[in-house]
Amino acid sequence: MKRLTLMALALATSFTATSSFAKNSLNVICSTDSEWCKLMETAFEKETGIDVALVRKSSGEAFAQIRAEKRNPKIDIWWGGTGDPHLQAAAENLTQSYTADNSKGLLDWANRQATQADNKTVGIYAGALGIGYNANILKQKGLPAPVCWKDLANPIYKGEIQVANPNSSGTAYTALATVVQLFGEEEGFNYLTQLHSNINQYTKSGSAPIKAAARGETTIGITFMHDMIKQVKKGFPIKVVAPCEGTGYEVGSMSIIKGARNLANAKQWAEFALRPDIQSMAVKAKSYQVPSNASAVVPAEAPKLSDVKLIDYDFATYGSSDVRKRLLKRWDTDVKSLPR
Amino acid sequence: MSVKHPFIPWLLVAWAAYLLLPWYVQEDGFWSMTWLLDGYLAEEDYASAIVHGFSYDKAWLLPLGLCLIAPLLALRYPKYNPAYGRTLIASGATGLGWLILQGLAIGISGWEINSLESLFGVLETRQFGLGYGALLTAVGFLVVLTTGLAARGAMKGDVFVTSAIGGVILLVLVFVFYPVSQILFSAFQNEEGRWALGGFYQSLTSDSIWGLSCLADNRSCGVAWNSVFLAVLTGVSTTLLGLAFALIVTRTGFRYKKSLRLLTILPIVTPPFVIGLALILLFGRSGIATQFFSDLLGIEAGRWLYGLPGIWLAQLLAFTPIAFMVLIGVVEGISPSMEEASQTLRGSRWQTFRHVSLPLMRPGLANAFLIGFIESMADFGNPMVLGGNYDVLSTEIFFAIVGAQNDQSRAAVLAIVLLFFTLSAFFIQRMWLGKKSYTTVSGKAESGAAMPVNKGLKWLSYGTALPWALFTIVIYGMVMFGGFVSSWGFDHSFTLQHYSDAFALSWGEFGLVWEGQAWDSLWTTLSISAIAAPLTAAVGLLTAYLLVRQNFAGKDVFEFGTMLSFAIPGTVIGVSYILAFNVPPLELTGTGVILVICFMFRNMPVGVRGGIAAMSQLDKSLDEASLTLGANSFTTLRKVIMPLLRPAMIAALVYSFVRAITSVSAVIFLVSAEHNMATSFIIGLVENGEYGIAIAYCSVLIIIMLAAVTGIQLVVGERKLRSKSSASDQNKKKLQEQFA
Repeated sequence: MKRLTLMALALATSFTATSSFAKNSLNVICSTDSEWCKLMETAFEKETGIDVALVRKSSGEAFAQIRAEKRNPKIDIWWGGTGDPHLQAAAENLTQSYTADNSKGLLDWANRQATQADNKTVGIYAGALGIGYNANILKQKGLPAPVCWKDLANPIYKGEIQVANPNSSGTAYTALATVVQLFGEEEGFNYLTQLHSNINQYTKSGSAPIKAAARGETTIGITFMHDMIKQVKKGFPIKVVAPCEGTGYEVGSMSIIKGARNLANAKQWAEFALRPDIQSMAVKAKSYQVPSNASAVVPAEAPKLSDVKLIDYDFATYGSSDVRKRLLKRWDTDVKSLPR
Repeated sequence: MSVKHPFIPWLLVAWAAYLLLPWYVQEDGFWSMTWLLDGYLAEEDYASAIVHGFSYDKAWLLPLGLCLIAPLLALRYPKYNPAYGRTLIASGATGLGWLILQGLAIGISGWEINSLESLFGVLETRQFGLGYGALLTAVGFLVVLTTGLAARGAMKGDVFVTSAIGGVILLVLVFVFYPVSQILFSAFQNEEGRWALGGFYQSLTSDSIWGLSCLADNRSCGVAWNSVFLAVLTGVSTTLLGLAFALIVTRTGFRYKKSLRLLTILPIVTPPFVIGLALILLFGRSGIATQFFSDLLGIEAGRWLYGLPGIWLAQLLAFTPIAFMVLIGVVEGISPSMEEASQTLRGSRWQTFRHVSLPLMRPGLANAFLIGFIESMADFGNPMVLGGNYDVLSTEIFFAIVGAQNDQSRAAVLAIVLLFFTLSAFFIQRMWLGKKSYTTVSGKAESGAAMPVNKGLKWLSYGTALPWALFTIVIYGMVMFGGFVSSWGFDHSFTLQHYSDAFALSWGEFGLVWEGQAWDSLWTTLSISAIAAPLTAAVGLLTAYLLVRQNFAGKDVFEFGTMLSFAIPGTVIGVSYILAFNVPPLELTGTGVILVICFMFRNMPVGVRGGIAAMSQLDKSLDEASLTLGANSFTTLRKVIMPLLRPAMIAALVYSFVRAITSVSAVIFLVSAEHNMATSFIIGLVENGEYGIAIAYCSVLIIIMLAAVTGIQLVVGERKLRSKSSASDQNKKKLQEQFA
């Protein structure tokens, strides 16, 4: 009996739970790099005096949590992370529409995405897909540098290329959708099966291929360019290529959660996050995405979107659940299961 | 009176809770006492159940009061009268049932069940999660119920045992079955939340799970087969290696036993990803060892590490120590008298080992294999880093939930498949052990020290375990080194930058400033693990005691229930906890409590298994002697069994503490801004490519956990089984002291 008492007591002591729904606070879930998250948190707290409770989770984890908490949301705003799950959250009515005053100064692609989602999400940055390679290893193996998507299907690169699995990674799904939009579905899948025999591994996480390339575990990786630049900045011998046929991109987004308990503060954060001076800070956190506000300073290191041939990425079609399911299924049966 | 009716004090507590304490959960946190100072008795938020019932239109709380009065009716009867027990059972069960039903039926937006709404109309009021008042009232009802059951003859009238069983059952129901059922139901539902059995059948029999094409050609097999193959491989090899270590430590004159013991602890105090990263840096395509051998032998560096070999290697490094911890207690516990008997009968050392010692180790071996198998099945970190194209269930489940598919029902289907395998392993193990007796520690006087193993076996153990130990040292050397170089595996110039980024301290205006980015999550992790460890060990060993020493109807189901949470992958637990505990009646998300509870029920099975293995060696005559001498079962447990269970206790405490620190997959979903755990913070760093800080942080965690492990060992101490060796040791000590 005593044991039970002890247990009950100990359980009670462990209830040190505190909730941050007090007067002046804001619960943020952040899906960019933790350094950028931290930077935003401090800057916002400093300017507004609002107490920010911020947790960093990858966009998939964040979406899973927001979905699970649907009936009793604990998060007020979801900042950062690739646009797809944000669009899905909008489609599932997990987020609420809000048109920020500061959204007037946004670039075209950001506005387009917001309109498609009924203003339930808004773009804060963009990043384009690219091809990255380890220059040392490429030279060592005597391979030519790839320039186009089509080059990667060349058998000389057998076992040298890495890309994530589109079933697990939003980055890889963007790549899959890009290929389909560039070459058409039949031709696109044809290309993917050729590429398949050159792939040494489909990684789980989207940015893993370029990290593997940096450390020489693979020669070529397909990821977002800003992830590549990060490795370049760290001193790894990575070269960044914008594919000649054109390339797809992601729109890093921000959504206010439906039923947010600190709605006013969430709106204040939304306005804050769209301001040019705030978006220009990203480079301090070693993040090299292209900001969505036209007046924000584009980091010198960021791939100039004007130099990159961007395709007219159709977020509505390729973000929809049906198309996604169909493409992923087809990729599983027509590509993934083939022998190499 | 309280001696006569042991439930009375509990009933008083429940009354106090019902009449005085806030019924619902407090927004400032469970332990914050602001409600006492800030308008208690006046504010609705702080009102007790009875006040809510009369003044705030929550009439459904009033019947609980009647159920609290009802037990007093039992006092009219003498204890042996069946009416005494019946009255208690009726009032306790009704109270507990009503409390749970009203919590489930009425939630944050009125009626939770549609049919009730159509029956009673829309409900204006709503209720939040249960708070102190409700929890203590529930405990009161439970004790009344179990006292009644005991009075009716359950567990031979033993109130302590009945209450303990009732308590564990309630906890397992609430914190394992309830959340898990939430997610398993979603396997049968489509995206709109409707029932869809066809979809379930289709995904259950899908080729991506069960495909066997790897046997025919170069394609990959289904994830289920991949997982099973890996798990069997890992289970067998960790058990054998663990046995080799256990034999060296207990049965040979090996000199560095202490350091060997420490070494075997290392891998479990290691945060996930670290071993994987170290292996990549050694054996990856550009790894140190790979480059060395490819230069030496002129073969092209390959990617053999990615896939089955890599995961297996990492799991072997990580789980061998667990097998060792399970086995050492068992090997130590084998009575020398059996072995001596065998030798007296002219058995050789090998024959003795083969036909006497080894069969006596069966429970240990079976448990070690089971744990290795299940751990491997549920392992997430290693396949994540080293998986290559070898997909396993645990990572598939994770990405079914968080990946681009966002397919919760597929995750649920995969989880069911995984559960099927782990549970089958569990049942096969039980069949193999059978109903034989493995008792070797009895109350009878014993003599003799453990017998050394024969030469061949000794060298076999040395030959496998020692190179392995060396390998472990190399891996850890690499990890420690990684925290001090500017870019691990690339630029090896010395730096302290990573440590200062993570753990900088400075002196500010108001005293010490914890500047480093790791402090927050470090303190949270340590306090939550420190709270969870003793709770886990206590519940685990208590359960083991009930399973081994008590007989009751439905014991098998009970055992199965306590093992269930271990067999379920962390990801599934994490998501199911959010689904179950984000809304009333138990509103726990975003708190530290949910982490503590999650750890308790995830790690409890190891305490249970270790406890069962150790306890099945203790002869029942020990308990009987104590009971015959007039002690009750609680005293017997505390004074006789617990001291003999010290190794199991250490194992359970150590294991639950370090597992709380190092677990990942469940935690990812349960951490919040205020309660962020070290591992989820480290994952962020690894995802980000910040290996330096991540490794520096991991090194610090490793050192903290090592200190804690040795600390726990010192505090709990070792059990003394055989008088001879220890007595001679003491004599020696005394002599030394005299001459000093």
